[in-house]
Amino acid sequence: MEYTDKVMDHFQNPRNMGKIDNPSAVGEVGNATCGDIMRIYLDIEEDVIKDVKFQTYGCGAAIATTSIMTELVKGKKLEDALKVTNANVAEELGGLPPVKMHCSNLAADALQAAIEDYKNKNQE
Amino acid sequence: MELIYMDHAATTPLDQRVLEYMLPTLQDVYGNASSVHRKGQEARKLVEEARSKIAEVIGATPREIYFTAGGTEADNLAIFGVAEALGLTKGRHLITTSVEHHAVQDSFLKLQEIGFDITFLPSDQYGRVNPQDVAEAIRPDTILVSIMHANNEIGTIQPIAEIGKITREKGVYFHVDAVQTVGHIPVDVQTMNIDLLSLAAHKFYGPKGIGALYVRRGVRVKPHIYGGAQERGLRAGTENVPGIVGMGKAIELAVAEMEERGKKEIYLRDKLIEGILKIPDVRLNGHPTERLPGNVNVSILYIEGESILLSLDLEGICASSGSACTSGSLDPSHVLLNIGLDHATAHGSLRLTLGKDNTEEEVDRVLEVLPTVVHRLRVMSPIWPENLLK
Repeated sequence: MEYTDKVMDHFQNPRNMGKIDNPSAVGEVGNATCGDIMRIYLDIEEDVIKDVKFQTYGCGAAIATTSIMTELVKGKKLEDALKVTNANVAEELGGLPPVKMHCSNLAADALQAAIEDYKNKNQE
Repeated sequence: MELIYMDHAATTPLDQRVLEYMLPTLQDVYGNASSVHRKGQEARKLVEEARSKIAEVIGATPREIYFTAGGTEADNLAIFGVAEALGLTKGRHLITTSVEHHAVQDSFLKLQEIGFDITFLPSDQYGRVNPQDVAEAIRPDTILVSIMHANNEIGTIQPIAEIGKITREKGVYFHVDAVQTVGHIPVDVQTMNIDLLSLAAHKFYGPKGIGALYVRRGVRVKPHIYGGAQERGLRAGTENVPGIVGMGKAIELAVAEMEERGKKEIYLRDKLIEGILKIPDVRLNGHPTERLPGNVNVSILYIEGESILLSLDLEGICASSGSACTSGSLDPSHVLLNIGLDHATAHGSLRLTLGKDNTEEEVDRVLEVLPTVVHRLRVMSPIWPENLLK
C-alpha cells in the first residue's frame, strides 16, 4: 500500500492512543464486518476538548487517520472541532490511497459521534 | 535490517541458476523461434527442450504442452476454450468450487454471465471439496470440472486423484489449476486423470510472464488469442523464448530438489504454526495435514490484516493477508468466507508462505516479532476483550 511518510509515522507512533477513565463522552463508528472500528473518548470542560483518546481496529489508514484527528481537535472548542471533516484529516496526512478514502477515513465521523454523545448526555 | 521473505505463494525469487541459463536468450539467442533460418532454429531448439522437460515432469508428452503468458492465461484458455469447443454441442454446464483462485472463479462468473450454467461446489471447513459432491453434480450436459490442486491462500490440497477417477469414468473433462503445486508436490496427469493443467513458472523460482497449459491429446479446446500458428494454433504470438527457456530450467531444478526442500519447508511450517498458535485467540486456517509444505495461514482475532502486514514489513518481514484492505475490494477473501470464517476473523488473516531459502533463524525471528506486533495492535483495538466498553 502506498502510504505517505506521515501516515506511516502516525501508524507507528499513534498520538493519543488509549482510553480516558470517566470520559465526558464516547463515540464509535464502523463495524467489524467492514474491517474498521474507531472509538473516540473525550474529556470536555466548558465546551473545550481538554483531552481526547482513541482506539482503532482496522488498517494502517484507519489507525493513522484517527491518530492525526485527535491532534487536530485537542484543545479546540466543540464548535471548531465539529468543522473538521474526513477530507481535512486525509489532507493533513498528505493524502490517502484512493481505495482508502471511503472505508478507512471515518475519524471525523467518530469525533462527531462522540460530540453527539456529549450533547445528548448534557441535555438530560 | 535483514529481509525475511515469506510470501512465496505470491511469487518466488528467480533462481540464480535459472537466470544464468536464460541470459543467452536475452542476448545472442534472439531469433524468432518460428523462423526458418539458423537464428530461429537455435531458439526453437531451446523452446522444444523446455517443452520436453515440462512434459516429462508432469507425465505428459511434449505435444500436449502449450505455452501461455502465465497461470491466469492458462486457466482462461482451459475454461473458455472448452466452453467454446463443447458449448454448442455437448452442453453448457460446468462445475468448479467456491474456493478457486480468481483466475478460475472470474472466468466462470463470466461464463455464467453469458448464459452458461455453473455449479460452484462448497468446501468443508478446511477448504476441501468432497469427491462425492463432484460425482453428484455431474449431468449429461456437463462439459468441464475445474478444481485447483492446492489453494493459494490456505494451502489446502484437494483430493485430485479421486476426483480425476470420477470425471474419467463419467467422460467429463477435468481441469486442474496446479499453479501452487507444480515443483512443490508431485503432479502426474496420468495417475490423477487430469485432462487440462495450468502452470506458472514464477511460482517455482522461474521468471514471471510465462506459464503453460497441458492439454491431453484429443481434448478439444478453442484458442482465445488469434494471430499466428504458434503453439500449434492454440496460442498465437511470438514465443517468449527467455521465459520458456527459464521455465524449463526452473521446473527441472524444482522437481529435482522437491523432496528435500519439501521436508525442510514442512519442518519450518509446522514450527511456525506451533509457535504462532501460542498467541492467544489465533486459529489455523486450512487443513492441518493436507496442506502445501510452505503454507501457514492463521486468523489473529481482534486485529486487521493490513495493519499486521505493515507492522511486519517495518521489521523486514514480507507476508500477506486475505483482509479486505489487501484484497482490493470491500470484502475479505472469498476463500476464507467460504470455509466459514466471519468477516472479522477473515480480516485478521495472516499468510506466511515459505520457500527454499528460508531458514530456521528466520522462523525464530518471525516468532519473536509477531507476538509483539499482535499485542501492540490489540492494545489499540476497541474490539479486544480488554478494551470492550463496560
